[in-house]
Amino acid sequence: MRQLGGMTTLPSAFSDWFAARGWQVHPHQREMLDRAGEPALMLIAPTGGGKTLAGFLPTLAELATEPREGLHTLYISPLKALASDIRRNLLVPISEMGLPIRVEDRTGDTSATRKKRQRVDPPHILLTTPESLALLTSYEDAPRMFAGLSRVIIDEIHALAESKRGDQLMLGLSRLEAMAPGLRRVGLSATVEDPPALAALMARGGAPCPVLQADPGPDPDIAMLRTEAPPPWSGGGGRYAIEEILAEVKRHRTTLIFHNTRAQAEIFFHHLWLANTDDLPIGIHHGSLSREQRDAVEKAMTEGQLRAVVCTGSLDLGIDWGDVDLVIQVGAPKNVKRLIQRIGRANHRYNAPSKALLVPANRFELVECVAALEAAKAHDLDGDPRGAGPLDVLCQHILIRACAGPFDEGELFQEVRSVGAYAGLSRAAFDDCLEFCATGGYALRAYDRWQRLIKRPDGLWQLRDPRAAQRIRMNIGTIQDTDTLKVRLRGAGKPLGEVEESFAATLSTGDTFLIGGQIVRYEGLKEMTVEVSRSAAKKPRVAVFQGTKFSTSTQLSSRILRMFGQETWPALPDHTAAWLALQREVSHLPSHDRVLVESFPHDGLAHTCFYGFAGRNAQQTLGLLLTRRMETAGLNPLGFVATDYATLIWGLNEVQEPAPLLHDKGLREGLDDWLKGNAVMKRTFRGAATIAGLIERNLPQTRKSGRQATFSSDILHDMLRKYDPDHLLMRITEAEAMRGLVDFGRIEEFLARTERRIDHVRLERVSPLAAPMLLEVGKVPIVGEGRERLVAQEAATLMAEAGLGDL
Amino acid sequence: MTVHAFTLCDTALRALPSGALHIPGEAALCVSDLHLGKSDRIARRGGGLLPPYEARETLARLEADILATDARQVICLGDSFDDLASQDSLGEAERLWLARLQAGRRWIWIEGNHDPGPVELGGSHLAELHLAGLIFRHIAVAGAIGEVSGHYHPKHRLGGTARAAFLYDRSRLILPAYGTYTGGLSSTDPIFAELLKRPAIAVLTGTRAIPTPV
Repeated sequence: MRQLGGMTTLPSAFSDWFAARGWQVHPHQREMLDRAGEPALMLIAPTGGGKTLAGFLPTLAELATEPREGLHTLYISPLKALASDIRRNLLVPISEMGLPIRVEDRTGDTSATRKKRQRVDPPHILLTTPESLALLTSYEDAPRMFAGLSRVIIDEIHALAESKRGDQLMLGLSRLEAMAPGLRRVGLSATVEDPPALAALMARGGAPCPVLQADPGPDPDIAMLRTEAPPPWSGGGGRYAIEEILAEVKRHRTTLIFHNTRAQAEIFFHHLWLANTDDLPIGIHHGSLSREQRDAVEKAMTEGQLRAVVCTGSLDLGIDWGDVDLVIQVGAPKNVKRLIQRIGRANHRYNAPSKALLVPANRFELVECVAALEAAKAHDLDGDPRGAGPLDVLCQHILIRACAGPFDEGELFQEVRSVGAYAGLSRAAFDDCLEFCATGGYALRAYDRWQRLIKRPDGLWQLRDPRAAQRIRMNIGTIQDTDTLKVRLRGAGKPLGEVEESFAATLSTGDTFLIGGQIVRYEGLKEMTVEVSRSAAKKPRVAVFQGTKFSTSTQLSSRILRMFGQETWPALPDHTAAWLALQREVSHLPSHDRVLVESFPHDGLAHTCFYGFAGRNAQQTLGLLLTRRMETAGLNPLGFVATDYATLIWGLNEVQEPAPLLHDKGLREGLDDWLKGNAVMKRTFRGAATIAGLIERNLPQTRKSGRQATFSSDILHDMLRKYDPDHLLMRITEAEAMRGLVDFGRIEEFLARTERRIDHVRLERVSPLAAPMLLEVGKVPIVGEGRERLVAQEAATLMAEAGLGDL
Repeated sequence: MTVHAFTLCDTALRALPSGALHIPGEAALCVSDLHLGKSDRIARRGGGLLPPYEARETLARLEADILATDARQVICLGDSFDDLASQDSLGEAERLWLARLQAGRRWIWIEGNHDPGPVELGGSHLAELHLAGLIFRHIAVAGAIGEVSGHYHPKHRLGGTARAAFLYDRSRLILPAYGTYTGGLSSTDPIFAELLKRPAIAVLTGTRAIPTPV
């Protein structure tokens, strides 16, 4: 490696190679080379800006001029697909220039033999994911493998930083730093709202991390898709626009059609296929499909064989699809930043504008899309500030550290504090986590004999039972999958994909649902696999397995409320303007400084809709608080559903007077009480308990029969609440819920800006604005007197019908 | 407390919302699958360290049921302990508590597949028990008449929620698991179709005992 004052020059072989292809080294690629010696550096470049190559150029140059053995560069990306894609792309310059560089990827999909060999004889460049890295650091031979590591490249760091995966990765970096001191860190990010904050996350121990900004290129060309038919009042999926979307697909070389959920992508793909009379090659790609199916689509895509791919967030990140010239977003983008990043997928030629079309699924989303377009044009990106490093991830980190061998608590504490998000971690909080890992951390002394970690006479900590390492490794990771079951065609061994266990539980033999674009018939459950057969049915029972669900950002919500305040809506199509006008006529349009409450009967139950525009999480919390007050008032609430803009509650009795329900006095006190026993809290607890290693993931190999072996984590939550309310996991759950799922701040903000100025409108039927709520997924049941009565009634009816009334 | 009263082979029985079975004619209370010491067993095997409060929670519920029914006999229908070693894990407080519950009552431990050997905690230990014209055993036997068993931890789904449930037909009764750290097996599992003839009833547990057809 020729380094001149920390600068890596480009070897002539590289200049020749670039020249032979008629390429130029972009200025930001040049600068990445010039500043290759920086201990930490973050590059922000739009998709298609040669960002990944910019990250790898210093590595390639160093290895070309100074060949060596062993691991030189570790590349980490949030997606498995990205790792294998990057490998293919790197192999081109490496083989064409004849560089002595070995590149391999390592993900959950890599074979066991290959993984073993990689530990003994690592490649020069290893491409992996945060979870695979955590697993690698858990092995006793990790120090040998990582000893010569010189650079770490974190790709799509903006995406990782949004979740606990980012926290786990940064903790992993602190481990790598201990094994390979002086390691250089490089972050690659798409456009974000606050680059220095992102850079601070990846810097070591508060050291600076300069930000390098590439030319953002021309503004994207975004427009709404014009359609013959207006979007429906409610519902999702964008079926009404299929003809126009197909026409766009025909007009372009390759189109990516993004959906917000997997189920919507499935349904849309099914209808697109029915309408596809020209037999255009169109594929589908989302996280519930089997790996084989995803691989096939990715391959066909790279080879330019597909004209369009219907996809979800699984294609969100920087995989290089080559010739995509149009991105279609079906459904509201929910978040301006994500919209811009998705749009960046089109037109990968640098300095050519990306082209995108928005297709709102219903009329409310149309309003959202128009607001998002305006925000994108104004370069008004949105984002939420991050909290401190989560303690459940730290607990898992301690367990992973213990798997790698005995450790000193003081050293580990210092290491953890060197991570940006954990810089403010107190020794007491660290000790709590260590105590939790060792003994469970219960007020009642227990497990004296069966501690998980024990302190040896020399003061080092180690696993009591070395066999525990295996179980800890199997539970590494922070991604909260709901439990899923594989779906297989009966008789044929090939898996079609996965559905959520809760969805499978609702199926009876003969039911049909969509998966991988085909309609299948449910035959039965065999050893935790859903067995299906092909079905000739035209209409499936809706697939309700969930995909990622996004929340509309605060900024977008404000823009929408501002639009509602207009006298007329020239920016909106006539049908949507008419829809808003109708809402104004039969009820009101929500505004910044008043609360709109609508009551109407539906399906034999009393429904009440509270428009707070406080975001999905806050509206959910509001749902919990309001239903609690309704329970006390004897209104027998049965359940509610929350969206970004409203909470819809249904129950046996009608709400006559909403003011006392919304009275802010005692709301927060009520919150503490109520929160501890509710479903949202239990869901948060389940996540924290799984990450912290209290409960194990339901791995396929550990639940052969789904029998009595497993019990609900809700029981553990109830036990702690009753006997040990100050336990570490309860504190983690509460802190997390208050910040994220509870988002109480936005409720207070909503109550303050409206000051209980309530417009209660009683209607005979659902209002235009409330209609979409009826089809929302994610309904939260309220376990109370109302439900008890319903269950008892239903049971009595069934008994009578069965002629067993006298039993 | 809303209980479900019914008869099995001419013996009057009451299914309590807690999952316990009351046999009023014998002043007896029957509970199945307590799985005491489960958290200890999981820890011993290198798993997670679960909140160690399940034994006191289970005993508290059992005590409440004993007092409410004024039971003179208590039948623990097998799998009372998660395994034989789990008996040692009971704390001193729990041992004393159990002894207090046993004082002045006939206490029977039925053998389960998790705890086949004799236990050291007082009471008598039996493979099966004949009482009130019924036979009490841990695992149901094909073709048995007038049988009360446990083992399968049945649960039943109604109105969108699954709850632990009693299952019975004209000749047998299967009890839900009473222990705090226990999961369940759905009443739609084929094993129950083999064991129970129509018409069969599920009695949901919870705040009240709710009967419904299976």
